[in-house]
Amino acid sequence: MRSLKFLLQKEFRQIFRDKSILRIIFIMPLVQLIVLPLAADYEMKNISLSVVDHDHSGYSRQLVQKITASGYFRLNDYSPTFHASMQEVEKDRSDIILEIPAHFERDLVSQSEATLFVAANAINGVKAGLGSAYLQSIIRDYNGQVRTEWMQLPRFNPDLEIAVTSSNWFNPLLNYKYFMVPGILVVLVTMVGAFLSSLNIVKEKEIGTIEQINVTPVKKHYFILGKLIPFWILGLVVMSLGLLIAWLAYDIMPVGSFLTIYVFAAVYLLAVLGLGLLVSTYTSNQQQAMLISFFMMMVFILLGGLYTSIESMPAWAQWITRFNPVSYFIEVMRMVILKGSRLPDISRHLLIMTGFAVLLNGWAIMNYRKRG
Amino acid sequence: MGSVVVNNIVKTYGTKKAQVTALNGISFEVAPGELFGIIGPDGAGKTSLFRILTTLMLADKGEASVDGYDVVKDLKAIRKRVGYMPGRFSLYQDLTVAENLEFFATIFNTSIEENYDLIKDIYSQIEPFKNRRAGKLSGGMKQKLALSCALIHYPSVLFLDEPTTGVDAVSRKEFWEMLRRLKEKGITILVSTPYMDEASLCDRVALMQEGKLMSVNTPSGIVEQFGKPLLAVRSGNMLQLLRDLKQCREVEDAYPFGEYHHAVMKKDFSQQELEACLKNHPGVTIKAIQPDIEDCFMDLMKN
Repeated sequence: MRSLKFLLQKEFRQIFRDKSILRIIFIMPLVQLIVLPLAADYEMKNISLSVVDHDHSGYSRQLVQKITASGYFRLNDYSPTFHASMQEVEKDRSDIILEIPAHFERDLVSQSEATLFVAANAINGVKAGLGSAYLQSIIRDYNGQVRTEWMQLPRFNPDLEIAVTSSNWFNPLLNYKYFMVPGILVVLVTMVGAFLSSLNIVKEKEIGTIEQINVTPVKKHYFILGKLIPFWILGLVVMSLGLLIAWLAYDIMPVGSFLTIYVFAAVYLLAVLGLGLLVSTYTSNQQQAMLISFFMMMVFILLGGLYTSIESMPAWAQWITRFNPVSYFIEVMRMVILKGSRLPDISRHLLIMTGFAVLLNGWAIMNYRKRG
Repeated sequence: MGSVVVNNIVKTYGTKKAQVTALNGISFEVAPGELFGIIGPDGAGKTSLFRILTTLMLADKGEASVDGYDVVKDLKAIRKRVGYMPGRFSLYQDLTVAENLEFFATIFNTSIEENYDLIKDIYSQIEPFKNRRAGKLSGGMKQKLALSCALIHYPSVLFLDEPTTGVDAVSRKEFWEMLRRLKEKGITILVSTPYMDEASLCDRVALMQEGKLMSVNTPSGIVEQFGKPLLAVRSGNMLQLLRDLKQCREVEDAYPFGEYHHAVMKKDFSQQELEACLKNHPGVTIKAIQPDIEDCFMDLMKN
C-alpha cells in the first residue's frame, strides 16, 4: 500500500506539473460546453428563400410576407423567372425556391384550389428537408386563413378531421441545448478518461521510464492502479466542472439525482480507463496512441447518439453502437438530467457498463507485461 | 558459485523471414564482487543480454541466474536485489532530483536515509541541485542521478548498460572511479561499453561481437593471448603506407591506429625484409609495441 501511495503522489505531481495538459483539462470543458452547444444547433434559421412570383397579386404578397415574418426564412431575391432564381441557388446564395404561378389568387378564389412549387437545394439534406417542411406548414397555415376569410365555414366540418395536439415531455420547448449538453459532457469525460490515461502510460514507454519501473519489485497491479486512480479522479472533477458550467450557462439542473449520475460515471470511467490502458499496451509511442484515440473518438461520437439518433441508424450500425460505451453514458445522462431516471431505471446500462469495465481492464492487464 | 551465471543464452529477434540473432550461445560467469566489463561495438548484443539478466526479456534458449536466482523463475527475488541503469536516461524528467531518488527508494521499500552511505559520494555531487527537475540537468549530472537511483536499494548486483556513452572524458574517468569505490563495498558490477580503453579498468572483460563472446579474460590475460609481434609504423604518406603494408608477405594484418599504423606480423618475421618491402617510404619509423585491448579485439574479430 505504501508504494501505491507514492505512485499516486508521483503521478499527481507529474500531472500538475504538465501545464499544457492541465490547461487542456480545464479549458476543454469550458470551450466545448460553452461554444459547441450554441453552434451545434439543429434548428434551422435564416434559410435563404428565392421567390418567383408570376402572380403579383395581393395574396401572393401576403403569403411571402407571412413566410418571411416567421423568422425562419430570409428573403434572398424576387426573381422574374424560375431560371433566374435557380442561378441564385447555383451560386449558393439561396436554399429554397418558392414559385407562385400566374393566376394564383384567381384560382384560389374561384376554384378554391391553387398550386405552389417548392424547390430545395438538397446538398445539405437537413436544411432542405427542414426548410421545405417549415415552408409547407406556413403555407398550410396560410391556407386555413384564406379559407376562413372566403368560405363560410359550416358550423360542423363536413369532412372528418382528426385534430392532433402534441405536447413535448421532458423538454417542452424542444430546447436543443438540453439535448446536446449532457452528450458533450460525456465526450469530455471520455477524453480525459480514455485518452489522457493512454497517452500518459505510453509516454512512460516512450521515455523509457517504464523499464526502470519494471526492474523494481513494484507489483503490476499497483502500477496500473497508480495510473488509473488519478485519471479516475480527474474524470470526475472534469464532469463536476461540466455540470457546473451546464447549470451556470444553460440553467440545466438534473431532474434526477446527482448520485445517480456519479454512480454511473464512476463505473463508466473505469470502463474507459480500461480502454485507455488497453490502447497503451498495444502502442509503443504517443503518436500511435494519439491516432488510435482520434479514430476511436470519431466512431464513438458518430455512433454514440450524440448528434444522430441511434434509433434511426440501420440495424447493423445500431448493433455496433451496443459495443460503444459512450452511447450508454449519453443515454443515461439524458435520462437522468432530462427525465429524472433513478438507479433502478438505468440498472441495465449500469450492468452492461460494469461488464465493459471488467472486460476492458481484464484484457488490458493480461496484455500488460512487465517483461517483453 | 558465481554472482551472475549465464549458460548458453540464445535470443533472436524478428520473424522467420528476417531473423536477427542478437545473442548466439553466450556463456560466462561473474564472481561476487567483480567488476566485469562487456566490451563490444554497437549491435553486439550487450543490451539484449542485460535485458535478459534484469528479467525484462525472456531468452529463447539457455538459462541464467543472478545472485543464485533463476532469471525466469525467481524474477521477483531478482528485481529486489538488482540495480539497472539503462543506456538511455530514463528517470522522470518532470520530477526533481530529490523526488526521483525518493520515488525509487519507496518503490524498493526503503528510504534515502537507510542507504545514504552507499550513494553519498555520488549523490553529494548533485545534492546542490536537488530541487531541479531531472530533465534540466546536464549529461554528467543525469548520469550520477541515474546511478544513485539504481543504487538506492543497495543492490547486490549492478547492471550498467553503456553508462559512459556520450559522456565527456573527465566525467568518464570520474565515473569509473565511482565504480571502483562501489566494488569495494562488495557490489558485483556488470558494465557494458563500446570503448576499448575502458576495458583495462575492469577486473575481467568479455569481448563481444555479433552475439558471440570472443574471449573472456582479465585485461592483461587478453593482451597476453595476443602472442604475435606488433609494430607501429609511420611515414610521410600514410595512405600509401597502409596499402604497401598489406602487400607485404610478412604482415598478417594492418590497420590505422591514431597517428601510426599497427601491423600484426607473422611470428618469425625479419626486420630487414619488412624494410625492403617498404623501400618506397623514405624516413619510415618502425617500432615494436605492446598490444592493447583494441589490437586484441581487431585480431579476434578477424578470426
